[in-house]
Amino acid sequence: MRLLGKLGLAAAACLLGISVAAADTTVKWLHIEVNPAQVKIWEEVARAYEASHPGVKVEMQFLENEAYKAKLPTILQSRDRPNIIYSWAGGVLKTQIEAGVLDDITDQVKGYSDSLTPAALAAFTRNGRVYGLPTALSQVGFLCNKELMAKAKVDPAGIKTWDDLLAAVKTLKAAGVTPIVVGGADKWPLHFYWTHLAVRIGGKAAFDAALRGENGGFAGETFQKSGELFKQLVDLQPFQNGFLGFKNPQAVGYFGDGKAAMTLAISTVYHLQRALAADKVGLSEDKICWFDFPVVAGGKGAPTDTLGGITGWLITKDSPKEAVDFLKYFVSKDVQTRLAASNFIIPVVQGADAGLNNAFMKLIAANLAKSNYHQNFYDQSLGPSVGRVVNDVTAEIAGGSMSPQDAAKAIQAAWKQGN
Amino acid sequence: MSRRIAGSPAMGVASLLPLAVRGPRWDGRFTVLILFLPPALVLFTLFVVLPVGEAAWYSAFNWNGFGRPTNWIGFDNYLFVLETRAFWLALRNNGLIIAVSLAIQLPLALTLALMLAERFRGAMALRMLFFMPYILAEIATGLIFSFVYDGDYGLVASVWRAFGAEPPHLLASTDTSMLAVLIVVVWKYFGFHMMLFIAALQSLDKTLIEAARIDGATRSQTLRHVVIPLLYPTIRLSVFFAIVGSLQLFDLVMPLTRGGPADSSNTMVSFLYNNGISRMRVGYGSAIGVILFVICVTFAITYKRWFMRDE
Repeated sequence: MRLLGKLGLAAAACLLGISVAAADTTVKWLHIEVNPAQVKIWEEVARAYEASHPGVKVEMQFLENEAYKAKLPTILQSRDRPNIIYSWAGGVLKTQIEAGVLDDITDQVKGYSDSLTPAALAAFTRNGRVYGLPTALSQVGFLCNKELMAKAKVDPAGIKTWDDLLAAVKTLKAAGVTPIVVGGADKWPLHFYWTHLAVRIGGKAAFDAALRGENGGFAGETFQKSGELFKQLVDLQPFQNGFLGFKNPQAVGYFGDGKAAMTLAISTVYHLQRALAADKVGLSEDKICWFDFPVVAGGKGAPTDTLGGITGWLITKDSPKEAVDFLKYFVSKDVQTRLAASNFIIPVVQGADAGLNNAFMKLIAANLAKSNYHQNFYDQSLGPSVGRVVNDVTAEIAGGSMSPQDAAKAIQAAWKQGN
Repeated sequence: MSRRIAGSPAMGVASLLPLAVRGPRWDGRFTVLILFLPPALVLFTLFVVLPVGEAAWYSAFNWNGFGRPTNWIGFDNYLFVLETRAFWLALRNNGLIIAVSLAIQLPLALTLALMLAERFRGAMALRMLFFMPYILAEIATGLIFSFVYDGDYGLVASVWRAFGAEPPHLLASTDTSMLAVLIVVVWKYFGFHMMLFIAALQSLDKTLIEAARIDGATRSQTLRHVVIPLLYPTIRLSVFFAIVGSLQLFDLVMPLTRGGPADSSNTMVSFLYNNGISRMRVGYGSAIGVILFVICVTFAITYKRWFMRDE
């Protein structure tokens, strides 16, 4: 009994200790960023915030991308959950809102939220309520290697339509140049082709109709045609040898090594290829060209429509108000300008794009500003269960093991199973 | 999860039964029982029985892992699993791994063991050499072999080029990816089975072999009629490990191929991970888990009953 009494005292002492420590607030911030240069800026921002807000501690936590996606539902339902988490918006966000694991921060960001690009904020808003703040935008398009394009006498500026692209691939092949590199093992780099074709063929109307299950849903004409056009490209064998075994970082490095003429990639690859090239130098800016995803003859989508990411941060249920406060501080003009100046992001705070000092980043920012329909990545906007099927079937079309019709049907079947 | 599921329930059942049928002899044993049974029972219940029960329960729901499962769909998840082509591919691949283990790995291990069980200069070194792959972590092995198989820079590629041929990307083709995985599986695990056999060979009763020699049996006759029959218990154990190991295979596949391309190299567990966990389809994933569990338990019990009843 005496022992128990001592234990009880000790426990009480511990509890007291905890409650004293809890007078300070800790904001736990979970991220997935792997670029040390960017994390360094974030760290500095967090330390600066702590300095100006005594009693608040910002604790950064890290998880690898895939691990993060897999663990998130468990993390969100644990008592020790982080307060600020990374998000690609879309269907995953929708599920989280419906599950009630996020804080509604509408009132706390009132007024402040006017400083954000409306389309970016809309991605984190549902039924007029705000659940998070966007931080960055990106666009998917073709990066090309000027030297290799010139070697085959292909003018990237002349690639405007899908048929132009097919012709360019043929010319490049004839000149002995590998036309396109892609990280097929990760599948999602292949899903860009199929989804961007769908954006071009059907536009926003087709995607919205498919979500409502109209016109045959994702088994409908638009999506079958996306597969067919993608197959036209695949049949030319445009990719590097063994592309289904390449993971995305390998493929980006391959492009940085100057071994392929083009790659369909997220705009951030423009800078990332240097870090992933074998010599860590990669292609210098004067050697890289860019063209938007070609249009499709008779397509209903506007040429200015874009495919890309909208990323941001969410506040989890029952977080301290300091979490939102810090997030507002993080997504402020100052910090965004700083991140833009280092070419890490296309900012979402109005006016922060003044920080962009690089012609390429400015071009992407201009493209996104012109875009009336920015389609979020399918594998995010459709949620994990359907999105992964999109990735699977596009990889199967690329590997020749599935017909475009069956691919579209498989996505529709997954959509039905999941909803 | 699968690791825990694989063998233990059957063993658990086997070890619990004798207690139940032993009858009420409540002397000193009762105290022992009260003291020593609960910890094991609690752990077993908490980490084996409950999760298995939960998985069975979840498998009847369409559930994304948030909150409590509410959308009851009965056996639909099982139908979805059986309708998935990747499931049958994974099952076939598990079958292939078992077949290769039995047809290539075990004979290879046995042959090497017979050669290396005897004492001669360098035998120890060779044993260690062959055993080394087994010590290596699965993830590391997978990564190493993904470099070896690389069609541009890998060892395989340079060998091919030495013969003037265009090197293949073994991991990138649906025709060869599983073959490539199988080669790694054999390479990694034959040393373990070899060690099992060596241990068994060294504990054999030498007088039996001597007796056979004296009776005029040749080396191969001794081997066929004396040594191998004496090894049967170890062979049965080795087969058991090979089959259970194949059903659990996951961490070798992920760094090599992630089950691709087009699901051609998925095993049951990597299929569970790719289609259940990474898609947040907890119900569907649980259904796969339950199917795998049933396969494992059926196998473990049948095998014990039919092949290992003497032990």
